[in-house]
Amino acid sequence: MSEAYFRVESGALGPEENFLSLDDILMSHEKLPVRTETAMPRLGAFFLERSAGAETDNAVPQGSKLELPLWLAKGLFDNKRRILSVELPKIYQEGWRTVFSADANVVDLHKMGPHFYGFGSQLLHFDSPENADISQSLLQTFIGRFRRIMDSSQNAYNEDTSALVARLDEMERGLFQTGQKGLNDFQCWEKGQASQITASNLVQNYKKRKFPDMED
Amino acid sequence: MFCEKAMELIRELQRAPEGQLPAFNEDGLRQVLEEMKALYEQNQSDVNEAKSGGRSDLIPTIKFRHCSLLRNRRCTVAYLYDRLLRIRALRWEYGSILPNALRFHMSAEEMEWFNNYKRSLATYMRSLGGDEGLDITQDVKPPKSLYIEVRCLKDYGEFEVDDGTSVLLKKNSQHFLPRWKCEQLIRQGVLEHILS
Repeated sequence: MSEAYFRVESGALGPEENFLSLDDILMSHEKLPVRTETAMPRLGAFFLERSAGAETDNAVPQGSKLELPLWLAKGLFDNKRRILSVELPKIYQEGWRTVFSADANVVDLHKMGPHFYGFGSQLLHFDSPENADISQSLLQTFIGRFRRIMDSSQNAYNEDTSALVARLDEMERGLFQTGQKGLNDFQCWEKGQASQITASNLVQNYKKRKFPDMED
Repeated sequence: MFCEKAMELIRELQRAPEGQLPAFNEDGLRQVLEEMKALYEQNQSDVNEAKSGGRSDLIPTIKFRHCSLLRNRRCTVAYLYDRLLRIRALRWEYGSILPNALRFHMSAEEMEWFNNYKRSLATYMRSLGGDEGLDITQDVKPPKSLYIEVRCLKDYGEFEVDDGTSVLLKKNSQHFLPRWKCEQLIRQGVLEHILS
């Protein structure tokens, strides 16, 4: 990781996303199922299968079931549910919550939408009656998985870690990486290399890449 | 769905590994701004129709487009800001002179920002440590000695040391030089710091 590049961190686990965080922007691009509570004229072009046709001003009819990205669902949602109402994606519903409570470690969280914790936390904005259970489930799942992530990140030195991170969601991968950095820094210090000036990673990476636009 | 082009910009940055700076996507940015203009105009016309033509059923549609406008704005600002963070990192890791290849990846405004940043940093460093100023981009790792052993990784040419003598930096030659003179060159990959 470049030593001087400090990207804007994700805020998704807290009350609000960070406006400038690339991670949060990518997370809020994921979709969730919604139901329109009113017709939406002139937007039929986006949802061709649902569109009610030209006579209704190309509207998306009331009561349509759509998949919208989180950012859009958040923007259109209000507590009176005048424009749309939101359904919980399956992995945050009771069935999957039971699976997580049985054994959180076996689940491939990367497949279940790579931003499991962030997306789940932001889902709480939609005032579902299951909010208390969802937040408990998110917390307990993380607690169940954390030990293994910490152990593996602290013991995998100089080896291929792809198998270890394959089933981790993005937040867990970030955690794993932080652990690895700590491990590598410590090993470097132990070997007496902590005072060795090195070419920065950034510089080495630029050197490795060829710049195709410079070759002509 | 709206905002697809904006997402492409974000993904482009996310894909660039380790804080590297990809080429400035002027075309992509232009397309996002065009989409925003179209959305804004459609909304303006629909708002007028809602107010004077009594079409209050258009309000959800107006909100939909407004959300898309906000999203496009967020993606654009985040794109530009993240690039500035990467450009700032270049000053600290590369030094004040950037290789041409990198400069071509920056827009004119970004280059101007880089120059302003360099200037601010230089002014700040001059204000520290009494009359001489203090170069805080040096000694990033705690120094153990005044002089260090270095090996040259590529031909660099003549290099002048403080007492006036000069050294020829040829590939694979080894030298015992003052730390503060070599640090920049080591970070740029010209020299290699050898620990005894």
